[in-house]
Amino acid sequence: MKIVALNGLLGYGYSEEALDIAFSEKVDYLGVDAGSTDPGPYYLGSGKSFTDRGAVKRDLALALPKALEHKAPFIIGTAGGAGSSEHVSWLKEILIEVAKEQKLHFTLGTVLSDVDVDYVLEKLDSGKLIDMSSEFPVSREAIKESTCIVSQIGIAPIMELLKKDVDVILCGRACDTAIYAAPCIFNGYDAGLSFHMAKIMECGAMCSEPVAAADVMQGYMHEDYFELRPANPARKCTVDRVAAHTLYEQSNPYLIFEPDGVCDLSDTVFEQMDARTVRVRGSVFREAEEKTLKLEGVKRSGYRTICPATIYDPQTIENKDLIFNTVTDFIRENTKDTLPESSYAVFFKTSGGKESSMGIIIDVIGKTQEIADTVCALARSRMLHCDYAGRKSTAGNLAFPFSPSDIHVGPVYEFSVFHLAKVDSLLETAKITVEAVK
Amino acid sequence: MKKLVDYTKIVRSKNAGPLFITFDLIFNTEEDMEYVEQRLRKEDVAKAYAMEVSKIDIISYKVVNAIKITFPRKNVSGALADNDIYGCQQHMPLANIEI
Repeated sequence: MKIVALNGLLGYGYSEEALDIAFSEKVDYLGVDAGSTDPGPYYLGSGKSFTDRGAVKRDLALALPKALEHKAPFIIGTAGGAGSSEHVSWLKEILIEVAKEQKLHFTLGTVLSDVDVDYVLEKLDSGKLIDMSSEFPVSREAIKESTCIVSQIGIAPIMELLKKDVDVILCGRACDTAIYAAPCIFNGYDAGLSFHMAKIMECGAMCSEPVAAADVMQGYMHEDYFELRPANPARKCTVDRVAAHTLYEQSNPYLIFEPDGVCDLSDTVFEQMDARTVRVRGSVFREAEEKTLKLEGVKRSGYRTICPATIYDPQTIENKDLIFNTVTDFIRENTKDTLPESSYAVFFKTSGGKESSMGIIIDVIGKTQEIADTVCALARSRMLHCDYAGRKSTAGNLAFPFSPSDIHVGPVYEFSVFHLAKVDSLLETAKITVEAVK
Repeated sequence: MKKLVDYTKIVRSKNAGPLFITFDLIFNTEEDMEYVEQRLRKEDVAKAYAMEVSKIDIISYKVVNAIKITFPRKNVSGALADNDIYGCQQHMPLANIEI
């Protein structure tokens, strides 16, 4: 069975020629990951994508007709960058726009995986919420403050849609591996090999040389092994690259954790078959007794205003702690009748400083944008003219690169939920729908 | 005294999800990997990052002459005090450990 990964992230681009080569032989499934938590909590909070609409449309406009023409179901994971229902709507709109422009007709299966605050509180109260990190314990307050929470679905909801024989599967937040493992396991292939192949393929041509998330990868699944070969003839898969892939962004290179269980690579063997193809065997799947879904939630922490500047005078840099303390005290004193201290937070984010200059960002988060603006303006003006013993550069301490010096960043989100939830069914958070796109 | 970076082909850091930071040390030869493996102590990593020793994992991945180090982020990605959302510029304290 042949599966093709369009690239490592929808909207990052790929070679059109490579896609043609991939489809010059029979393709059973096409997949692409469309999201990541890498860019941080803002995107889940704001409902926006970190990928560009035009670039996403270009990637879809070439791939969708190919998939339909070859009757290869097209599976898209973590729509819109973060996978909430808002993100799914954004990507669905682009998909339908492409379909209209090219007069394409197909059946579309959608999986939404949002959960509400009550769902998470119920998990907490029934002892079914598990911490992932000692530094990020469950907080009832943070759960209640959450403005958007998604569950990371595994293969189960995608397999439900494969059963329904749809042409395109659009997923909300999904495990990257589920995109490629679901069709393999649906067709009866070994789960260990399926998850391992999926883990490598979800990054597109990242496992090839020259390395690229922005290109097409081909996976060939067999009964007791799988093979990987990049579609672009300029790239090759090597044992080192393929084997090294499970190091990347993983906490443990031997274990791939999934909602269904764990894929163990302790006995995996990698073999170079020809100049561009690597064969992999021996990866083993162990089903978990208790199934879990990862929950990702964000809360809005306020609004941000920043002021970037540079200090070139070594004497000023030497006095930075005194200056920061003076500024902090000044803000507190100046706003004591107007702003409670809990309504803002100020960070002095610096870089360099040991040699010729120090970059600084005055980073203010306020309960409202107005509060952030007020506090940032106070911090900036006070820091500009802050005195210290022996000061020679008495005209000003900061070089501002911009006018205006202060920049509105807008709403700020932080992760509020990042825990595992024990579930009775791996379908319990999935809302599955099927519709015809005409 | 040589630094860790002097033995490696690749030293990199990256989030392993928003809650963890993971470091990959990849070596040109098995000998280099084993030399560092025998000398790099969890205590040194803990000190370099002001992290408790018990929270640091060090795993060798011999297939590609690599050592992986993972520990939880004190400021998770995107926390107000965080300075590196992707976590990909956190490797220097590790790279500078003397071996």
